[in-house]
Amino acid sequence: MGYDSILNWVTFDNPVNNAFYPFEVYNVPYDIGAKLWELIGGTLAWLINLLVPGNGVSTWLVSDAVVNALAIILMVIVIFAVGFIINLTMIWQERKVLGRGMDRRGTKIGPLGYFQCVGDGLKTFMKENVVPKDVDKKIYWWALALVIGTGVLAACMIPLSDRWFIMDFHAGILTIYALFALAPFFILGASWAQNNKYSMMAGFRAAELMISYEIPMLLLMTAVILQTGSFNINGIVNAQSEMWFMIPQFLGFITFFICAVAESERAPFDLAEAESELVEGWQTEYAGMKWGLIMLGDYFRGYICCGLIVLLYMGGWLLPGIGGTAVPELVFLAKIFVVFFFFILARLAIPRVRIDQILNAGWKVLMPLSLINLLLVVLMQTGGLI
Amino acid sequence: MSELSRTGYQTDKMWVTMGPQHPFSHGLWTLRVKVDGEYILDAEPEVGYLHRGWEKECENRTYAKIIPMADRLCYSASMTWSHLYCKVAEEALDVELPERAQYLRVIADEICRIQSHLMWLAALGTDLGSLTIFLWCLREREFFLDLNVRLCGQRLTTNYPRIGGVRNDMPYYFERDCMRVVTRFEKALWDIINLTDESTVFVNRLKGISYLTRKQVANLGITGPAMRGCGVDYDIRRDDPYAAYDKLDFEVPVLKEGDAYARYMVRIEEMFQSCELIRQAFNALQKIPKTSPYRLKVSRNIPEGTHMARIEDPRGDAMMYLVSDGTGSPYRLKVRSPVFVNVSASKAMLEGCRVADIPAVMAMIDMCLGETDR
Repeated sequence: MGYDSILNWVTFDNPVNNAFYPFEVYNVPYDIGAKLWELIGGTLAWLINLLVPGNGVSTWLVSDAVVNALAIILMVIVIFAVGFIINLTMIWQERKVLGRGMDRRGTKIGPLGYFQCVGDGLKTFMKENVVPKDVDKKIYWWALALVIGTGVLAACMIPLSDRWFIMDFHAGILTIYALFALAPFFILGASWAQNNKYSMMAGFRAAELMISYEIPMLLLMTAVILQTGSFNINGIVNAQSEMWFMIPQFLGFITFFICAVAESERAPFDLAEAESELVEGWQTEYAGMKWGLIMLGDYFRGYICCGLIVLLYMGGWLLPGIGGTAVPELVFLAKIFVVFFFFILARLAIPRVRIDQILNAGWKVLMPLSLINLLLVVLMQTGGLI
Repeated sequence: MSELSRTGYQTDKMWVTMGPQHPFSHGLWTLRVKVDGEYILDAEPEVGYLHRGWEKECENRTYAKIIPMADRLCYSASMTWSHLYCKVAEEALDVELPERAQYLRVIADEICRIQSHLMWLAALGTDLGSLTIFLWCLREREFFLDLNVRLCGQRLTTNYPRIGGVRNDMPYYFERDCMRVVTRFEKALWDIINLTDESTVFVNRLKGISYLTRKQVANLGITGPAMRGCGVDYDIRRDDPYAAYDKLDFEVPVLKEGDAYARYMVRIEEMFQSCELIRQAFNALQKIPKTSPYRLKVSRNIPEGTHMARIEDPRGDAMMYLVSDGTGSPYRLKVRSPVFVNVSASKAMLEGCRVADIPAVMAMIDMCLGETDR
């Protein structure tokens, strides 16, 4: 064919027609990535073709294989960017709701104070990158990268809808949870590497807390998986098209909610960064942008927790009675913000719990409750009620 | 301590130095604690970072000039400290306060007590990790600071009592404003109590930790709400009355439990009693003619001798000891700070607690470093 006009280079194909299309179903972020590359790569190819007419590079740039490869890279960036914006919105939501509850203004910069978090991020970015002298440098840096990295990775793997996902595979929920549950090891490593007594105590607390809350969480997830018969997130959501799992598993929902607040290390369970006795917890020696990234990672973990609650108990992107909507992503995000609102309410109302109390609650209350929930699901399943 | 004796294996004990710049120490002081994991085995307070030679400085000033300095002893109980200084000077001069000044001092003291206790509750809120309690308490405190402004023109360093009376009579609108604030506060305090006492987490954080017996209280010299939370029924306002406290009817809250929660409850109840005292004092003031004097003329020089006065500070038993040599400035002015004595009990209070309890337990002595280090 003749490549004489720019329109021949920049063609917005349906990405499903791409010979290398990696998914079975339509994927919006991939579509955005593919179209973005077709625009950028097409323009580049056209410009190169203007300079050197009839070269091979231009046609290579718009070939199916290159479009696919770059579409996947752009897709990941798009998914991360959207996750990042969701996170900023959650931080803004938290600060606004906390401000309202505490009789103060919350954020102020930008429209409705939305850009305050951006400003705070820039502020931490401009701070001096202080690394204490006696830290174990290797673990100090690696643990930090891994804490944030696993959090962000797990958060990006949360699908916003059946068409907005990184990958749709059969052990989806388990993979997210596995990545999510890696954090205590890295936190322990980071706290030990800092050569600081406060960090060390906080690291022990974090490990104790998270490990003892992961078990009830996993048991509760087992109940949901039992009811659905699938590890696939799509399967779990589709099984809730008629009834949200929070109705038959109300006990499990409440327990999971409490565990999720604890797992995401948010107040009232933020004893790993109990600032009144342990300065800044396990993040004490992480200054400047490192701390800013840890904060961001914390909110990513909060987002994962909200996402898991919505996916497991609140029907994901489906609405009861209506089913799928035109923009299921917005339905999912709205549900996430509602769940996060209750996270914020807990932070607003409840002081921090002590470590022995929280472990008692975890092992002696939440653990039996999750087992009871599992038993109820098994009974209902065998009785044919659900 | 039976919980602590882990015979099976040895764990390393370590000393953790908390302070002088640490979020839990409200002010500059250091608490060194020896911990076994999360348990506290030993504690040792170190104060003195804020020592500024207050007592020595007083020896170079005339008696009148010490009043604003006494304000600076404690940022949140300035009224009681300047009241205490004026009281010791009046006792040395052997003057009887005019009745109007007595009631005005009671009102000012009780406003000061409420705002000081609110500051304490706010700090307790952040110590326990609830910023809501902090901000709600500070919001209520602001109304009482506004009352200070209306009465004497300053929020914190009030400089209101004078030797032989008070600096000025209250403005004509003060009673109205004060009654409004007090009525509002009695409702608002219930809001805050709903946030604290109704919350199981909050109560569980304070209940059952840091028990003190009456014997320990006596041996360590603990005074104030910390003492009354351990079942010692003693309040200078009632048992050695000054100003107009003997003409007013109020209760001294005493709880027998002796744990941190009892100390918390005592302070909360004291705030309600202070509201009652303010109300009664205004009722009594109405019977006193408006033209009656609020300040006496007194001599600039204090006759030779030694004198002692004490007062119920929001933090405990505040005392001043004055040695005068007949000139216009004191020969020696000694301050007995309640917090300085109370903080020495930190070992007894913290032993057997957990690291997470440190802020909550130490909040119960309501640290104020200005008066501790002087």
